[in-house]
Amino acid sequence: MVLLANSLTSPAIGLVFWTTIIFIMFFLILKRFAWKPILSAVKARDEMIKGSLASAENARKEMLKLQSDNEAILRKAREERENILKEARDVRDRLIAEARGKATEEAQKVVEKARVGIEREKAAAIAGIREQVAILSVEIASKILGEKLQQTGEQGKLIDNYLKDMDLNKN
Amino acid sequence: MKTIFIKGSLFALFLLISGGLRAQVQETPLESAEEKFESSSFILEHIADSHEWHILTTKSKKDVAIPLPVIVWSKEKGLDIFSSRKLFKGQVYNGYMLEEEGDLQGKIVKVNPDGTIDEKNLPLDLSITKSVVGMLFAALMGLWLFISLSRSYKKTGISHPRGIQSFLEPIILFVRDDIAIANIGEHKYEKYMPYLLTVFFFILLNNLLGMIPYPPPFGANVTGNIAVTFVLAFLTFVITQFSGNRNYWKHIFATPGVPFWLLPIMIPVEIIGVVSKPFALMIRLFANISAGHIVILSLVSLIFIFRSIAVAPASILLVVFMDCIELFVAFLQAYVFTLLSALFISMAVEEEH
Repeated sequence: MVLLANSLTSPAIGLVFWTTIIFIMFFLILKRFAWKPILSAVKARDEMIKGSLASAENARKEMLKLQSDNEAILRKAREERENILKEARDVRDRLIAEARGKATEEAQKVVEKARVGIEREKAAAIAGIREQVAILSVEIASKILGEKLQQTGEQGKLIDNYLKDMDLNKN
Repeated sequence: MKTIFIKGSLFALFLLISGGLRAQVQETPLESAEEKFESSSFILEHIADSHEWHILTTKSKKDVAIPLPVIVWSKEKGLDIFSSRKLFKGQVYNGYMLEEEGDLQGKIVKVNPDGTIDEKNLPLDLSITKSVVGMLFAALMGLWLFISLSRSYKKTGISHPRGIQSFLEPIILFVRDDIAIANIGEHKYEKYMPYLLTVFFFILLNNLLGMIPYPPPFGANVTGNIAVTFVLAFLTFVITQFSGNRNYWKHIFATPGVPFWLLPIMIPVEIIGVVSKPFALMIRLFANISAGHIVILSLVSLIFIFRSIAVAPASILLVVFMDCIELFVAFLQAYVFTLLSALFISMAVEEEH
């Protein structure tokens, strides 16, 4: 038994020889026909998965960027709208103000013209009245004073002077 | 072409086995029926390599065994190839004999013309023994398994693993990620992948096939044979030394930080370390697998030692339990051998830091 055990622990040349041959053949064939294709297939798959994950990540980032871009555009559009509205309001206000100013001016002009006209009419009317008054006064005076005063130029002058004084006082 | 190769080899193996199945039934003189059961010789016969594949011994002590090819070479006679049936039961053929006892038990010896045995000059024995057949079968199975696996990758392309892939790919990836990359590193591991994978599956297949007790070519104790583990450990040793970079050799012959007068001591120590690493690999695998076989056979022997069928249930229960452990050990030892090989390689290719 001990001896058999001895043969157990001492390698037999024949088995060493065949093990070497079988293992090396096994190794070479598997290396060429199994490990190379298997490992490269697994590697290709790993790389594809890695690639797809990376591209998914990129797509996500791209989308986030697009989203923020969209928001920026929206914000800008809103601002633009505000601006446009504000401008419109300003224009409107200005137009209204302008219109109001013009209208006031126009009205003032009309009023002015009317006043000037009235003034002129009044002056003409006053001049007319004055003439009438002079004539009437002369007639009245001549009627009152009678013949005495009728033919003297001096009396006419006197009346004119009186009238002038009256004008001055009135004005 | 590959298929033809595989089928051809399988056919050859089949012939090898079936040729022998014209069973060798030989009479042995009927000894006393109450012959004592020798459990140790029974176990060691199963553990050891053999020139025949013993199948059973009938009640009338007839041995049924498959003869295996004997290939011997000696200086005087040259190369001889013949069936081991010619050497059964101590027969002498062409001056050769299978020693059945003593120091040379199980070895082929030369018989002198005067009938004595030449114990000094043993012939070179390159026979296809039981272990060789078992190993060959495991290798062919491995080839079939992995070549068809690589074919399936060609078919499925880069889609998810399916069928046989879904079982084997995790193991391959485990060897790649947790053994090769984890030890050797991302940049250098690829060169060693074929060896690591081959050695892992070679050991695993032989461990597993060795666990199946019956029929041939299952049940050969291949990885529990020190010659086999010696070759595997030696290959790891060779690969490690050839991978060794400047840094590795510097650590052996001019260990940094060691005063030079200590080097005469350090160098032998380092060299012992270099050799002892693969030596441990060899012993570990051999001892673990042999021990598993011995435990299981011992438990089976209990039935015959007690000569009672009543022991059988307990014995069987224990054997099943041990088989579960051995199944785990089969994977574990393949893993450990591969892991340590990768570790030794990584030490050899490590850059200075």
